[in-house]
Amino acid sequence: MAEIELRHIEKSYGDTAVVKGVSLNIRDGEFLTLVGPSGCGKSTLLRIIAGLETQDGGEVVVGGRCVNDKRPKERDVAMVFQSYALYPHLSVFDNVALPLRTRRLSFAQRLPFVGRALPGRGEIEKTIRAEVEQAASMLDIAHLLQRKPGQLSGGQRQRVALGRAMVRQPAVFLMDEPLSNLDAKLRVQMRAEIIALHRRLGVTFVYVTHDQAEAMTMSDRVAVMMGGELLQVSRPERLYRDPEDLRVAEMIGSPKINVVSCAHWISLGASLPPGVHGDAAYLAFRPEAVGVIAPGDGRLNGVVASVENLGSDIFLNVALGDGRGTVVVRTHPDVSRSEPGRPVGLQIDPACLLQFDSAGMRLRHAEQIEAAA
Amino acid sequence: MTVLEQDCPRRVDAKASFAMRSGEHGLGWLAVSPAMLLLVGLLFGPVAAVVLFSLTDWQLGSFSFHFIGTANFSTLFTDPTFWKALSNTLIYAAIVVPGTVLLGLVVALLIEASPGLRGFYRAAHFLPVMSTMSAMAIVWGSMLHPTIGLVNRALVTMGMSGVNWLRDERTALLALAVIGIWQGFGFAMVLFVSGLKAVPQQLYDAAAVDGADGILDRLRFVTLPMLGPVTMFVVILTAKRSFEVFDSVRVLTQGGPNYASEVLLHRLYTESFDFLHMGYGAALTVVYLAIIVLLTLTQARLLEQRVHYS
Repeated sequence: MAEIELRHIEKSYGDTAVVKGVSLNIRDGEFLTLVGPSGCGKSTLLRIIAGLETQDGGEVVVGGRCVNDKRPKERDVAMVFQSYALYPHLSVFDNVALPLRTRRLSFAQRLPFVGRALPGRGEIEKTIRAEVEQAASMLDIAHLLQRKPGQLSGGQRQRVALGRAMVRQPAVFLMDEPLSNLDAKLRVQMRAEIIALHRRLGVTFVYVTHDQAEAMTMSDRVAVMMGGELLQVSRPERLYRDPEDLRVAEMIGSPKINVVSCAHWISLGASLPPGVHGDAAYLAFRPEAVGVIAPGDGRLNGVVASVENLGSDIFLNVALGDGRGTVVVRTHPDVSRSEPGRPVGLQIDPACLLQFDSAGMRLRHAEQIEAAA
Repeated sequence: MTVLEQDCPRRVDAKASFAMRSGEHGLGWLAVSPAMLLLVGLLFGPVAAVVLFSLTDWQLGSFSFHFIGTANFSTLFTDPTFWKALSNTLIYAAIVVPGTVLLGLVVALLIEASPGLRGFYRAAHFLPVMSTMSAMAIVWGSMLHPTIGLVNRALVTMGMSGVNWLRDERTALLALAVIGIWQGFGFAMVLFVSGLKAVPQQLYDAAAVDGADGILDRLRFVTLPMLGPVTMFVVILTAKRSFEVFDSVRVLTQGGPNYASEVLLHRLYTESFDFLHMGYGAALTVVYLAIIVLLTLTQARLLEQRVHYS
């Protein structure tokens, strides 16, 4: 049981600052995902929590004690790596048993051949065997225990890596893009299994990914990182509906959120929607917040450029009047009979309109501020 | 009729593809022929000639020879000098192979562990490999000189008595083995350094999280297993090279004193070119080749099972 507290973590490599003063509280038992584009510092932050990397400044507190000068094995954390990082010469059983053996057996007892003869080893080995087998049956790899990692499929290797992490019952699970080496179908399946594992173990999970779908579907809370900074830490649905930053809005959601600058909006001859803030520089709206109506004066007009039919939804790419930029509109298959080339008008639900200032920071109406609070 | 019509083009296709295939076949042989010629001319031919000579009493310089069956081999196997040379070669290999592998590995680990001057250390340790053994043997000869040699002077300074390294039956082979290690470990080091670079960092990270973060644990669980294939290569290579030891023996001891440092290849050379017994020398060569082939096959088979994981 442990909560993690990061206080002003800084890290640079040479002149490049990779993590710029990140502070973050991760609650006990929470599934928190660090998401961001590659190179945003999320993996570095995870490695700092693990103790594999030393931060240049700031503190890492796990379960109420500062672990800055603790080695990885003393931090009560387990880690799952992108490449699984299994020991190729050891069987699955020995791979999973290793963290227990290094902790419970003395150096002499761990020696090959000699160690087996030493007193006490047999008893400890027996308990280790029981625990490894229990973890293996939980992950459905009990029948693979005698195999070598080279004889396993990617999904099986990932389970072994999970088994090696959970067997010693750590307070914190750290996962560094654990699913990105798997194919799409297996990834979705393993996603569900990791969620189930989190629920069963009830310990803190910190999960790093660049895949926003993973972040949105798996996490209790998502921390969005970019350029070494934390942009927003929220529940997934809040991140989608109520982003604090234009970059967050653009990263979360597929297809991407529509962004039209106010200047562009006016140059198109459309009047700004009611209630737009004086400082607003960008207006953003999700594809489902737009309705297609007849073209007319004073509103955003465009021409349907292409139609993507996904079966459940249809996405219209509407080229704006001056040809600069497109807006994606989600419509229902029953409603829409649009074909490319058809001129349309766009009606945006004012309640779903997000406003950002010129620096990309969110501007709220009074009622939105109330809702956010 | 319709059936025939339908069938016809397919048969033509089959014929055409057969013609094409046999054409391809011929082209294939044409393509490998240069390599085949070289292989036969430079490898199989000479080996066959040696086997043939080993069944004759040919002496270098004479114009006639007789086939004498396996007489050369029976002489060989009853010759105590041959057995001495064989056992010396084995002892030499038994010292040089582990010595070279261990020293090469340790130096590679030290070089990789230290941030500065890596290039310099690598080059310095690789120098002996680049140098000519017969020239270096002369340097070693002067270092091991009983009175003015550096080694004995150092021993005397430390209060010990000097040893006549190359003229003493007990130390001659050992001294040659040390020279062999000195010459070969740089090569092993270079191979190990490249092997170390290929070890994935995530494995070290996993070991650190798993609690295997001591030097010995890291070596045991990550470094050594991952270096398995390189180690196999180095062992086979070093074993082969130590069976080939010749230059240092020829220059420093000529196999003496009293055959204490006689080795197979030197024996072969002495018989063939000092005593001009080409037939007998050829028989020695055949035995030597058989040992080398056997050694390589056994090592590869034994080690292959233990070092490849996927």
